[in-house]
Amino acid sequence: MLEIITGGALSTVQDAGRFGSMKNGFTQSGVMDPHAAKTANALLKNDPGAPVIEMTMKGLTAWFTSETFFCLSGGVFKAKLNDMPVNNNTVYKADKNDIISVGNAISGMRCYLAVSGGFSVPAVMGSASTNLKIGAGGYEGRKLRTYDKIDYPAPAGNPEGRSAEIPLYGSDTILIRAVPGPQSDMFDEETLGRFYGEIYTVTSDLDRMGIRLEGPELKGISGNDIISDGIVFGSVQIPNSGKPIILMADHQTTGGYAKIATVASSDLPKLAQAKPGNKIRFSRITVEEAEELAIKKKKYIEDLLNS
Amino acid sequence: MLNNSGTDGGAGPQYEFLPNADTAVTVQFKREISKEVNRYVTALADIIAGGGIDGIIETVPTFTSLTVFYDCSVIRAAELREKLAEIIKTMSSGESGSAKVYHIPVCYDEKFALDMNNVCEHTGLTAEEIIKIHTSSPYLIYMLGFLPGFAYLGGLDERIATPRLKSPRLEIFEGAVGIGGNQTGIYPIASPGGWQLIGKTPVKVFDLKREKPILYEAGDYIEFYPVTLEEYNEIEKQIENGGFEVKVTEVRDA
Repeated sequence: MLEIITGGALSTVQDAGRFGSMKNGFTQSGVMDPHAAKTANALLKNDPGAPVIEMTMKGLTAWFTSETFFCLSGGVFKAKLNDMPVNNNTVYKADKNDIISVGNAISGMRCYLAVSGGFSVPAVMGSASTNLKIGAGGYEGRKLRTYDKIDYPAPAGNPEGRSAEIPLYGSDTILIRAVPGPQSDMFDEETLGRFYGEIYTVTSDLDRMGIRLEGPELKGISGNDIISDGIVFGSVQIPNSGKPIILMADHQTTGGYAKIATVASSDLPKLAQAKPGNKIRFSRITVEEAEELAIKKKKYIEDLLNS
Repeated sequence: MLNNSGTDGGAGPQYEFLPNADTAVTVQFKREISKEVNRYVTALADIIAGGGIDGIIETVPTFTSLTVFYDCSVIRAAELREKLAEIIKTMSSGESGSAKVYHIPVCYDEKFALDMNNVCEHTGLTAEEIIKIHTSSPYLIYMLGFLPGFAYLGGLDERIATPRLKSPRLEIFEGAVGIGGNQTGIYPIASPGGWQLIGKTPVKVFDLKREKPILYEAGDYIEFYPVTLEEYNEIEKQIENGGFEVKVTEVRDA
């Protein structure tokens, strides 16, 4: 069991997402940085979608009541196992009564803690992900706090020392590849040129639902309103303020504003790790190119799992 | 402009494909909120749910479009579009299956009908007349969204349409039944909102303890029937003891 000593700023149990219930109005939830969570799971020889703990800005402190192997991935946070510094993307062994402490973010926004076999929480509508809005899924439908106890199975193998390279979340302009969205034809060429050419800044108005950007205003040829349609993780919505909002893992299932673009799924991790003040530039790619990028990422995880 | 409209052979409804990067393809039918267009959306969702295309994860039906989520490591968008086009070609407007009607009890007592006076004032009708009109015919569920289980219903009688509150409430109670413009609906969970509240249902349209957490789906109908405060309390008790079942009937969806 993992017993929480302090829960950090916002630590929740998440898996790859809750699929099949969006038609009923349930957001997909799931990890914000799928690549990081999958990397940690693959290093542990887990199913890449196994439940992990997503920590935000400031991590948790907890003790292991039984032996397991664990791995941190994603944003680089100050982390220790007892007194030993812990690196991301490396598997360590935790003995009974060891204490893991994950402090403040050094780079990135979200850090993932994965253990052998994944954390065990009851599935809600087929998923272990926490849906904070309805208070369901994950650990009692809420963020983790002191005295919480989360189960994990006895480890099946010994993945100690397995490691992968650590992606860096730099302070330079983040290049985000995006495909013209379902309503990109509501914007004229000049407006589209501005969207793909100019620099946007990540504001502090950012959470698991979405990221509001500051930058050039974008107006549709005849407004930004549409008959509500489906939203995906990565949809770039232009509300009437003209300032883009990128919809993230806890997005509403439908929305009534024009979507100028959709971020390639391969680049969502960069957004999940973006901090207020970071600069973003969008580059236009095709559906086929976005698919190639996604398949390449999937292959990387498969190779890592089988290595 | 419908680029891929099925006008060439005259077969199937008008539609076009809209891209959502490597995650989903949206099938956009004619941009018109009508029963006819919405029926294509739910019919296509039903056909897809029946299986036959590997790599589809789920679909999200809305007023005039269906967003189809796919796994691009199983099927690529180009192939998915071809397969969807094949299906849509075979769909005809004359198609109509049977639909479920969920009969939902609503208590219009002043305890819950916080804005009935506004609706009376705006419409010039009495509360009795408003209740009679509100419960007189079934409403089509065009789509679910905004909140888990929040149904966008069509077909509100124009005589009781009332603009939303000028400043929305910070919290509307679970089960609240309201009118917002020319729409009516139920709040499945407590939420901020600006609708004029005219009643409350004891039925839990969203209940995680049920195998099907949401009672209904897009394409079904909701019909309200009035209950007194006493009956409301009785039904609420029955629901707690698991002794109340929402009445469901079938209609030919013509």
